[in-house]
Amino acid sequence: MWDYSDKVREHFFNPRNSGPLTDANGIGDVGSIKCGDALRLMLKVNPESEIIEDAHFQTFGCGSAIASSSALTEMIKSKTLDQALQVSNQDIADYLDGLPPEKMHCSVMGREALHAAVANYRGEAWQDDHEEGDLVCKCFAIDAVMIEETIRGNHLKTMADVTNYTKAGGGCSACHEKIEDILIAVNGRLYSSDAPQKGKTAPVESPVKPKLTNYQRIRKIEETLEAIRPMLQRDHGDVTLVEVDGKKIYVALSGACQGCQMESATLGGIQQKLIEALGELLQVLPVGALATG
Amino acid sequence: MMTPIYMDNNATTACDPAVVEAMLPFFTEQFGNASSIHSFGEQVGKALKEARGRVQNLLGAAHDSEIVFTSCGTESDSTAILSALKANPERRTIITTVVEHPAILTLCDYLEKEGVVVQRLRVDKRGRIDLDEYKSLLSERVALVSAMWANNETGTLFPVEEMAEMAHEKGIPFHTDAVQAVGKVPIDLKSTRIDMLSCSGHKLHAPKGIGVLYLRRNTRFRPLLRGGHQERGRRAGTENSASIVGLGVACELAQQHMETENTTVKALRDRLQRGILAKVNNAFVNGDTVHRLPNTASIAFEYVEGEGILLLLNKQGIAASSGSACTSGSLEPSHVMRAMGIPYTAAHGTIRFSLSRYNTEEEVDRVIAAVPPIIAQLRKLSPYWSVDGPVESPERAFKPAYA
Ligand SMILES: Cc1ncc(COP(=O)(O)O)c(C=O)c1O
Repeated sequence: MWDYSDKVREHFFNPRNSGPLTDANGIGDVGSIKCGDALRLMLKVNPESEIIEDAHFQTFGCGSAIASSSALTEMIKSKTLDQALQVSNQDIADYLDGLPPEKMHCSVMGREALHAAVANYRGEAWQDDHEEGDLVCKCFAIDAVMIEETIRGNHLKTMADVTNYTKAGGGCSACHEKIEDILIAVNGRLYSSDAPQKGKTAPVESPVKPKLTNYQRIRKIEETLEAIRPMLQRDHGDVTLVEVDGKKIYVALSGACQGCQMESATLGGIQQKLIEALGELLQVLPVGALATG
Repeated sequence: MMTPIYMDNNATTACDPAVVEAMLPFFTEQFGNASSIHSFGEQVGKALKEARGRVQNLLGAAHDSEIVFTSCGTESDSTAILSALKANPERRTIITTVVEHPAILTLCDYLEKEGVVVQRLRVDKRGRIDLDEYKSLLSERVALVSAMWANNETGTLFPVEEMAEMAHEKGIPFHTDAVQAVGKVPIDLKSTRIDMLSCSGHKLHAPKGIGVLYLRRNTRFRPLLRGGHQERGRRAGTENSASIVGLGVACELAQQHMETENTTVKALRDRLQRGILAKVNNAFVNGDTVHRLPNTASIAFEYVEGEGILLLLNKQGIAASSGSACTSGSLEPSHVMRAMGIPYTAAHGTIRFSLSRYNTEEEVDRVIAAVPPIIAQLRKLSPYWSVDGPVESPERAFKPAYA
């Protein structure tokens, strides 16, 4: 039925710190009633020490939303505000021994409630940077907004492009129609998937582009990698630049990207982005290739 | 643990023991292929004929050749719609409703992308369609009308016989997805203008993976699966003989229990509904309570979310289902609740109880006792709820960001 960990079940059946907190001095209301998950987080902060002396929640939502709220209150109690703000949605999920991919948004909601409550305590305005679409690729937990933004940002044309950049569609194939729909919505048409747009999309040593100095070129590579990192971090991976040797760019992949079956797809995606950003043909290699080669 | 209580019969039903018993020989000595000349096949052929007759009886079909066995309700639905489009290529419009099962809606969405015009009749707060709107859409461009006999989520019955009559007057073929209706409400197809009807075994105590498409004589038809001459070439593929035999028995049993379904089961459902509503405030029944399946009660519990209710019910061995699509990965409540304009705070808290002739009064009373404390427990967690009622103007008191 539900692929919930024992910890999730336990927190759902016996939620900690539920109900109103009368002397709360920081309150965060987040969520979407349309999507059926909404949470009010209430903090009692000691104004001297900024220590969270008590935390309560009220949640309208599914089992894992209630469990995530309960876990969050346990995790932040007796922390200072600054310490509490270090808690990420992944920390909440880990605390609960994991959440099903469809339910990761519950932990995101927890983190956002925390930020909103702290902002409320500090008298700051809180802006949510939340944008989440329907889950499209269940194998790699990629949602529609992520796919659409990646298609737009990188002028992707085909299913294979999308898989290279986001991993979406690289698993069981069930979401291919949905991804094609997004491609059509963005591009106005569907490009044939064979012969991956060589020479059409990837500008090859475009003469128009002014030649970069060595310094500018490395800065540009760094900037491009920086832009890719959040995407990898979502999958608990990361990338850092190790060495630039002419047309060979060596990077270190870490975390979930490293050694997984998608590593080459990830490298391919990074390479494609660098080619577009720099307007020259180059090769992205894992750092291991540097050591042996 | 207490003995489990199953009230999710619109999702699927238990096979009747008599059905299982009738099927078993077809896995062992009666393994033959009905198409074969030899005695192995001949006996199976006879059994299939008998089963076909039993299905014919339950549906009130004029001829047993109007019964086409398929693999499930979904296949019957797909066959009906695709056949109508293929057989009437000059007609590119389909009329259906916004509350159909995904077996219809998803296919229609797909066909729309291929250029078919799909007109979806809307429903009112009680889930009823407007026959005047329907009438205004009937034209010579329409290849098929497809409207469900009974809604799987709310049990609401559509006036399909009247709708079929109206379509017939305009020369438009009519299909009904009767997957939830067959076995629960009396059906007599020969006295209607319905051209095609879908039915699925596992909703009436037959096994999963067997369905029926009723195809009125002289209806223009194109098969979905082509190959051998099984089902007179209308659905190729060696017959699922064991399941067909099981479905035959299930249809006979359904006919015997039709009265029970509409008296005893209905009374149990009403008792359940009354019992729960008497003890839980801010709760209401969804759908058309006048024209409704006898076994279904869809109850919205305001200000709580359905999955929590189901988890707590499940802990007490009670199986029901929720109107929220939470478990499917889609975050919004079901299309049926949205179509009826049920507010989000109630749609997400909708629970469907669907009974069968196997439920007892004692079970109903156990569920009546179990539900109120569960709702109270979850409401205590809800930001919309105060001590014994919703907070004052709940939608204003709690307005989460990015709502
Ligand atoms: C109204 C309706 N139509 C079609 C179906 C699909 O039937 P099957 O599961 O046999 O494909 C169902 C079952 O959930 C249903 O309730």
